Amino acid sequence: MIADLIDYLMAQSTDDDSAVLAPPYSTTNLPGFCVELGREAPLRLAAGARLGSFPMAYQTYGTLNAARTNAILVCHALTGDQFAAEPHPITGKPGWWAQIIGPGRPLDTDKYFIICSNVLGGCMGTVGPRETDPGTGAPYALQFPVITIGDMVRAQKLLIDHLGIERLFCVIGGSMGAMQALEWAARYPDRVFCAMPIAGAARHTAQNIAFHEVGRQAILADPDWRGGNYYDLPRRPVRGLAVARMAAHVTYLSEPALHRKFGRELQDRGDVSYGFDADFQVESYLRYQGSTFVNRFDANSYLYITRAMDYFDLAAEHGDGVLAKAFTATPVRFSLISFTSDWLFPTPESRRIVHALNAVAANVSFVEIETDAGHDAFLLEEPGFFRALNGMLSGAAEQFGLR
Amino acid sequence: MILSEQQARAQIRVDLQLVADFIEPNSRVLDIGAGDGALLDYLVHFKGVDGRGIELSPHGVANCVSHGLSVIQGDAETDLSDYPGDSFDYVILSQTLQTIHDTKGVLSDMLRIGRRAIVSFPNFGHWPLRWHLMWSGRTPRSKALPYEWYETPNIRICTIVDFLALCDELDITVERSIAIDAAGRSRRFRSDSWVNNWLAQQAIFQLSRDA
Repeated sequence: MIADLIDYLMAQSTDDDSAVLAPPYSTTNLPGFCVELGREAPLRLAAGARLGSFPMAYQTYGTLNAARTNAILVCHALTGDQFAAEPHPITGKPGWWAQIIGPGRPLDTDKYFIICSNVLGGCMGTVGPRETDPGTGAPYALQFPVITIGDMVRAQKLLIDHLGIERLFCVIGGSMGAMQALEWAARYPDRVFCAMPIAGAARHTAQNIAFHEVGRQAILADPDWRGGNYYDLPRRPVRGLAVARMAAHVTYLSEPALHRKFGRELQDRGDVSYGFDADFQVESYLRYQGSTFVNRFDANSYLYITRAMDYFDLAAEHGDGVLAKAFTATPVRFSLISFTSDWLFPTPESRRIVHALNAVAANVSFVEIETDAGHDAFLLEEPGFFRALNGMLSGAAEQFGLR
Repeated sequence: MILSEQQARAQIRVDLQLVADFIEPNSRVLDIGAGDGALLDYLVHFKGVDGRGIELSPHGVANCVSHGLSVIQGDAETDLSDYPGDSFDYVILSQTLQTIHDTKGVLSDMLRIGRRAIVSFPNFGHWPLRWHLMWSGRTPRSKALPYEWYETPNIRICTIVDFLALCDELDITVERSIAIDAAGRSRRFRSDSWVNNWLAQQAIFQLSRDA
């Protein structure tokens, strides 16, 4: 059924063979840093597997102060990576948080030392399904163990240990990045001064798992996926990955934003074609989003990382089913932000976290920002969002004694 | 601009200055209806208070958090029940009592989660209001209660005598009291409360659970 849909969609696209046949990008010689972690002791994953000596790619902005107290860990979302504040080495597009990170910006690089690492299971240099399994000399593909948000955070903690940082001033992130920020606070409360989950949730909802499943099925149904073993083949499952991206992209926006941007406008034509061409601008836009995404992302990584999000349930993991228990006596200061039109990680999910934190009398601020930009608002220059972020960070810095 | 404590105190509303004077330094404070955060900001910066706030209006919350205050967007009537007992030294409800539906529930919750509660409200027994009603026959309005009857958020207006009777009914101890006159001056609270009930435009009470 989904394979039919893919064929339908992609048969319309004329330039699609070039993308299918394009060689996968290389993660050697990327800007930034790469460190081998887990050498002394392998990382034990939630699923039971062990990862010994694995690469983690990361990037930093700003300077770590002498006392090592000004470090902020930025956690990226599902399809993000460590290039948060610089042009992307593969696409050339500005960093996904370029407007937030920089001199004089909310995450001020004159003041803070920003660390952003590619997540475990990712595809920009950190170990993931596309990297080489030292045991076999071939890419892991589906031999890569299934990972969780907790595993990602435990790997990040090894990086923070490696950098000699005793306590992070802040862990911040949007969407899946917010999940990591919450996981950090629950797992390593003494290593984080403040956690800032933006447009996040303490669990992945049934609706979100359902959307992820649609994306995964699109990839699995692509004949070029070949059980995940496509790395040495000339064709990659870019059609399935593009459909996954298209479906997901709709969930990042909102009906009013889509209507404002595209309405029912037609694409380069005066009338509908009575066919399955991209008649509407919104179709053309989605196809473009799908086709550019596949140039910088790995289909197997998409499977693994969406699965990690699906498994995320902080209450189950750290609180015996009671979210408040995950934060009992927490010394961490929390600042949460949600967006009115976000229906993927809606405000009630943030409010659930706030209620749980109130129940343990934690220090928490929470604001819902009015916007029609949907879930993607956390990537955009929303004035109210920036004002809140600035205040939350400067308030925390004052309490932490950072000048 | 760095303000001295006196300058900072002078910049907040007069009733908030008096509320601030009730608060012991370095205590834990929850401000319900934190508004634009002026009181909380003063308490955090000049009294070393570990301060938190709840504010209903998104605009107010945005203002508070952009000043670095730990304030959440929420509703006192539903959110207070989350907090564990004795988590604060003071729970403040300034000029908000008259907008609350479940007055008894909120007062009880305040004294459950805080060792002390501080409540301030406009006194509906103030003589100009009584005069206004008697003379014109219209529902009184004042600076503190400025709305027309059909659009007012102030749904539970009460007098000082009303409030003290409720405290009595709920076994709440009134530890300190201040009356504020129309010129914004604080007045010693007289034990014969009917006099206050005529002369005070606003009142501030520090409450505790009956021992």
